[in-house]
Amino acid sequence: MSLSITKLTAVNVGKDMSLEWRSRDVLNSMLFFALLVVVIFSWAFDPTAEQSRRMVGGLAWVAFLFSTVMALNQSWARELRNGVLDAYRVSPAPSEALFLGKCLGNFILVLLLECVMAVLFVVFYNLRSVGPLWQLVIVFLLGTWALVVNGTFFAAMSIRTRNRELMLPLLLLPISIPAVAAMVLATTNVLTGESSSLLQIKFLAVYCVVFTTACFLLFDTVLNAE
Amino acid sequence: MRSVSLELERGRFYVLRGENGAGKSTLLRMIAGLNQPTEGRILIYGIPNREARSEIGYMAHAPLLYDEFSGMENLRFFASLYGIKSEDSLSAAMERVGLNPGLDRRVGQYSQGMRQRLSLARAIFHSPRLLLLDEPFSNVDPDSAVAIARLLAGMRSEGKTILLVTHQLGLLSEVADEVLVMSRGELVKRGAMPQVSA
Repeated sequence: MSLSITKLTAVNVGKDMSLEWRSRDVLNSMLFFALLVVVIFSWAFDPTAEQSRRMVGGLAWVAFLFSTVMALNQSWARELRNGVLDAYRVSPAPSEALFLGKCLGNFILVLLLECVMAVLFVVFYNLRSVGPLWQLVIVFLLGTWALVVNGTFFAAMSIRTRNRELMLPLLLLPISIPAVAAMVLATTNVLTGESSSLLQIKFLAVYCVVFTTACFLLFDTVLNAE
Repeated sequence: MRSVSLELERGRFYVLRGENGAGKSTLLRMIAGLNQPTEGRILIYGIPNREARSEIGYMAHAPLLYDEFSGMENLRFFASLYGIKSEDSLSAAMERVGLNPGLDRRVGQYSQGMRQRLSLARAIFHSPRLLLLDEPFSNVDPDSAVAIARLLAGMRSEGKTILLVTHQLGLLSEVADEVLVMSRGELVKRGAMPQVSA
């Protein structure tokens, strides 16, 4: 019997993707919410291309942040249904593999959403990037990971609370403020081309390393806490 | 739970009974490592229970299964958590509980009895030496309950230690070695089946 974290992480990602493919709980709720944000704000403001470049950074990350919260709640709710999480805890599989699997699974789903929404943002807000596009890609990868890793950890922390769907944003949003500020600023910088986003990218990279390490090390305690 | 001190002998079949809220399920969860005692320790074959998880087969009130997966897909996922790749032990576990391994239906569409049997298959597929079973006969029709009791008798004769919570003692009168009685979080009585169950 061999139980490597890498293999078990892959098994968990595969399981989450397979469950999502069959139920589409997470993708449907995320897409619906993000779509509403894009459409309603485009009607409300009717911005010019120049105005769009200034406001879309904030708008996009608000949509992705709240969509991520929805995804995280759903992905843990699945583990609570029928008490499946107990079957995992009783097994000899390391809890870190569950954490990494959930993080990667949610990361893939949120990235999928971002790809779809990016097209819609371009269409509805008449967007065109003035700054270097590769920086935008890095900002989205790091920003999404920052949201997902903290969100997965805090969602696990709140699964045993009575109002877990309310608890997650209360725990996640304050700790995500520095990262979200960096994401918004970096996205706006790339879209307007007014200044470089390298400083924000460095900050996001450090943020991701610090929080990934902390959440990874503390996850077993959180999962088995009573 | 208060001051529970309990030693189980290898290869014996124990039935745990008591009124609702006596702490039977909590005791099982503690042995399985899902709840931590505030004091004391739990050893399984001389090893702390958290380190002996591959030796434990646990069946709870809830089925501990994904509704979206078929029976075999569920077992395949849980087998990977134990490092088991062979499909043979999974098919064998399903056949032992009277389910067809080729059944393609999702667990969400199973009857309560089928879920219960699949849950038992999930608890035994890795051949654990200690089986912790919480109400395995609930929601199961009488014929299936007898079949499960027979299966458990077979597992005891293979040398497995079984600790089972049930109110249906009649099903186990021929099989169980000892009955443990709990009340208000304490173990109040322990003895051979006919005496204690009377």
